[in-house]
Amino acid sequence: MKIPADLYYAPSHEWVRVEGDQAWIGISDYAQHELGDIVFVEMPELDDELDAGGQLGVIESVKAASSIYSPVGGTVVAINDELEDAPQLINEDPYANYIVVVAMNNPGDLDKLLSAAAYEELCRKEQGGE
Amino acid sequence: MNLKRTALFPMHQKYNGRMVDFGGWELPIQYESIIKEHHMVRKKAGLFDVSHMGEIEVRGEKAEAFLQYLLSNDINKIAPGQVQYNIMCYPDGGVVDDLLVYKYTTEHYLLVVNAANTDKDFEWIKENVFPGLEIKNFSDDYAQMAIQGPWAEQILQKLTDLELQSIKYYWFQANVEIAGKTAIISRTGYTGEDGFEIYLAPEDAIDVWEAILTAGGEDIAPIGLGARDSLRFEAKLPLYGQELGPDISPLEARLGIFVKFDCGDFIGREALLRQKESQPPRVQAELLMLERGIPRSHYEVCQEGKVIGQLSSGGLAPSLEKNLALALVDREYYQPGAEVEVMIRNKPVKAQIVTGAFYRKKTRAS
Repeated sequence: MKIPADLYYAPSHEWVRVEGDQAWIGISDYAQHELGDIVFVEMPELDDELDAGGQLGVIESVKAASSIYSPVGGTVVAINDELEDAPQLINEDPYANYIVVVAMNNPGDLDKLLSAAAYEELCRKEQGGE
Repeated sequence: MNLKRTALFPMHQKYNGRMVDFGGWELPIQYESIIKEHHMVRKKAGLFDVSHMGEIEVRGEKAEAFLQYLLSNDINKIAPGQVQYNIMCYPDGGVVDDLLVYKYTTEHYLLVVNAANTDKDFEWIKENVFPGLEIKNFSDDYAQMAIQGPWAEQILQKLTDLELQSIKYYWFQANVEIAGKTAIISRTGYTGEDGFEIYLAPEDAIDVWEAILTAGGEDIAPIGLGARDSLRFEAKLPLYGQELGPDISPLEARLGIFVKFDCGDFIGREALLRQKESQPPRVQAELLMLERGIPRSHYEVCQEGKVIGQLSSGGLAPSLEKNLALALVDREYYQPGAEVEVMIRNKPVKAQIVTGAFYRKKTRAS
């Protein structure tokens, strides 16, 4: 299970890469592995306002639909169109394939997120609790 | 609640199966990937643990007459050594279960029923049984596995002296030696591909499982319940609890060819005959998604804002690369070619009523 050290993580298994005031958001390796084969990603639209912890979209695997949440609040400034025709890219490389980019309205949201080490601990607990 | 485990549980651990609670059974949803496993079965071969299925034996002089009364299909049509798909109905035409009937003789049959229904079926059969018959639930005495796919015969042939080509589609042979163990083999399955189902003593299951995987090498893989469902769905094979149930008749599910009205009385006959004459109020429709979105069971189907039915199954059909669904819709709205909407998270997503969109079965009979 890959957990890059330079990203922030939400307990709901999304990652955030920060570039300036922009947050690139995707789902973690743990999350894609738990979901299994991803067949559809329902994304927000450009200019949508997202709340920190609010729903960002839905990921559909072969077996089930799961909500994904925005770790930070802000405005959607880019969506990854590639996922429309190739949602399985998230299974192939969850960190290279972001879902949306959000212009953050409150960088303080990042303080509530987990470091790679803390996130790894969380995943280990969830796995052990199965 | 303690989950039940099959005799092959150690194999699921060995091959890294992702275990889930499936109707009280601890079984693998997948080993590696549902989609990869699906393609493996369509292109080469796959091995499934289906030991959770129930086996109920009916023995006695009047066994044939009883099954003719208990089940909707014509049991007289099959010979010893033959298997028949059958439906067990309630008096109102709703379905108790769908099952396979293995005929040894007119006085000895084996019924293979859905795992989650085994106890219910057993009680129902005992309630209705004719005097003098012996009904036994042998579910714990059988492990069952299925080898499915175009290469299934070739792989299994390496492990038995029996000429497998001699077993025709929906026939079986008892007391067959496979990898040194004794088994019942039938040319049946639930994937839309050629293949076999193998019944054997639980203590022999692991040896035979491993022998099959070794014989198949790179050309076979263990397959989980996820791909079992996507394979059966893509081939439009009904699943009890989705396409069939106590409130869905076999006529509504378009399984009328398994309901025979001209061979005496059976439970549900009167209600189904009435339904046939007046036409069932709902019918099964095939849906092809025209817009993006994954259709799933229980989603509503609408036309111009009015609810006209509900999906029984849906999802990606991996070999067809289409999002398909099966729906039960009000008869008056059933019109092939018509556009409908599937409600996905409260949003209407365009779909079309189609025919012939599902996978054409590649079994030996077709």
